[in-house]
Amino acid sequence: MAKTITSKVFVVQDNIDTDQIIPAHYLNLIPTIPEEYAKLGSYAMAGLPDDQYPTKFVPEGQVKTPYGIIIAGRNFGCGSSREHAPIALGAAGVEAVVAESFARIFFRNSVATGELYPFDTPERLCESVKTGDEATLDLDHDTLTVNGKTYQLKPLGDVRPVIDAGGLFNYARKSGMIASAQ
Amino acid sequence: MTLTEKILARASGKPWVRPGDNVWVNVDVLMTHDVCGPGTIGVFKREFGKNAKVWDRKKVVIIPDHYIFTADAMSNRNVDILREFANEQGLEYFYDVIDDPKGQWRFDTAKGNGVRQFGGRYSGVCHSSLAQKGHNRPGEVLFGTDSHTCQSGAFNQFATGIGNTDAGFILGTGKLLIKVPETMRFFFEGALPRGVMGKDVILHLIGEIGFDGATYRAMQFEGPGVSSLSMDDRMTVTNMAIEAGGKNGIFTCDQKTLDYVNARVAANGTKNTFEPVEPDADQKVIYDKTFDLSKLEPTVACHPDPGQRKLAKELGNIKLDRAYIGSCTGGKTSDFLAFAEVVKGKSVKIDTFGVPSTTEVLNDLKATKWDGQSVWDILASAGVRLTENPGCAACLGGPADTFGRVNTAGIKCISATNRNFPGRMGHKEAQVFLASPATVAASALTGKITDPREFLC
Ligand code: SF4
Repeated sequence: MAKTITSKVFVVQDNIDTDQIIPAHYLNLIPTIPEEYAKLGSYAMAGLPDDQYPTKFVPEGQVKTPYGIIIAGRNFGCGSSREHAPIALGAAGVEAVVAESFARIFFRNSVATGELYPFDTPERLCESVKTGDEATLDLDHDTLTVNGKTYQLKPLGDVRPVIDAGGLFNYARKSGMIASAQ
Repeated sequence: MTLTEKILARASGKPWVRPGDNVWVNVDVLMTHDVCGPGTIGVFKREFGKNAKVWDRKKVVIIPDHYIFTADAMSNRNVDILREFANEQGLEYFYDVIDDPKGQWRFDTAKGNGVRQFGGRYSGVCHSSLAQKGHNRPGEVLFGTDSHTCQSGAFNQFATGIGNTDAGFILGTGKLLIKVPETMRFFFEGALPRGVMGKDVILHLIGEIGFDGATYRAMQFEGPGVSSLSMDDRMTVTNMAIEAGGKNGIFTCDQKTLDYVNARVAANGTKNTFEPVEPDADQKVIYDKTFDLSKLEPTVACHPDPGQRKLAKELGNIKLDRAYIGSCTGGKTSDFLAFAEVVKGKSVKIDTFGVPSTTEVLNDLKATKWDGQSVWDILASAGVRLTENPGCAACLGGPADTFGRVNTAGIKCISATNRNFPGRMGHKEAQVFLASPATVAASALTGKITDPREFLC
């Protein structure tokens, strides 16, 4: 099935750690409880310093973000192992993050939860692309098109079917690795 | 093979593995805490059913430690969820805050943080507790829902942090699919000079390779210099492997390792069989560098990330508002002793907070006497604000009423903790400088970043 994602982008720089993605004082929320899942989404990216990021990721009074794609520099998602981070982004409506590189645990958690597609971009995009630009991500060709230019991304490979399936458990069941839930 | 490859080969039942291989490993210990435990339990129940049982009730260790001494009702609730699960599953290793298995945890704000509010089973910060309670053993595989789980690698084991979904999967199956990392070798020679600690070693190494220099990789520490490092120093080093992006950090095993582990498993009655690993002479590593420990100096990681390396003596112009000693990285007994040695008989100049990592550390500080005075009293007389309630406290900010939390913009804090991204200790417009307990102590005395050797003769 051909799959593309078209959305406005939100652009961040290097080393966006999990405290900036979801500040630690919201970790008392439990992601498997639906109301608390939605709340986590409303706080996504609330830890970004206001002076560097004057545009709010989730607009005041709303629970979802208008930005379905995040463009980032190096080491996106570094810091803690909290799964609340990809979950908060997913709950806010983010479908993909395109970064120069990811921290290992964030990448793994994105795949395990199936919350979002983490794409590596060989080219640094966080300087040339601006928050609010419209982009199209082509998952079958691993490309991102923005401002009339198309960039080749690193293919997701093995992890794409896991995210397509909705995460580790759905994938493991589909492929017979574990039995169905009772 | 390297240390990591040997352990992963054994845990996956293979004669050997290579970097890049994806292998299913059998898990020896799964650790979770109050921040990620409830979500992990949620995933486990959703996926394996309401009445599912964990794969092995002796291999699950639950340690509430993060948001404990707070009036935040949701945080208190999370500890209760852990208790309910531990009861229902018959878990042996649940280090509860309270003694009553049917009770509910509520922090008494009227008593506050000066008075101890925990029961006989409570331990404190999860990584320190794993070591002290005999859950760290050479040659084993340990996963934890916390990024600093890599600390356990000090004991010659493979240990790394995972998310709730992976942890839920382990709870049900006892297995996890992981990729074998490439290994970077850090070869130590010499011994640390006075005033220089394990924290300085790891801050130096992170500065060397960069904040993402070990991403997806194992950091392996070996060489003749290892034997001079105490187990506490080794724990500080492996604890921060994640701050260079590392998947795990791991030390070779020696007599110090064996003595520590044997004493701890005996004291807590945990499993006492294990098989250490040694690196092969023909192991393949992708980075190999020798470090002379005797040449290292007190080191600081400046705001805003752990890779901003400077020497303490170069930073005398940075004025501070606050100092903090605590956490898995910097709140152990030896950390407090190093701190106390610097501040003994003097007075701190800025707000200074001290949080023992575990109840054992608290007891040690009260029991250790120098010239007839307990180290606890020495710290208190120097003006350090101490809490009797061990735990993570302000290391990661937490709810607004958390002891020592940085609640004001613009504050500059020097801290013995491990992470200094914006907002880590509370306010997102505060700055955190990471340093050894000795450097934090010297800086607390002067109000600016200070090399502790100025106070040690
Ligand atoms: S003390 Fe800090 S780094 Fe250690 S486990 Fe607690 S929050 Fe994490």
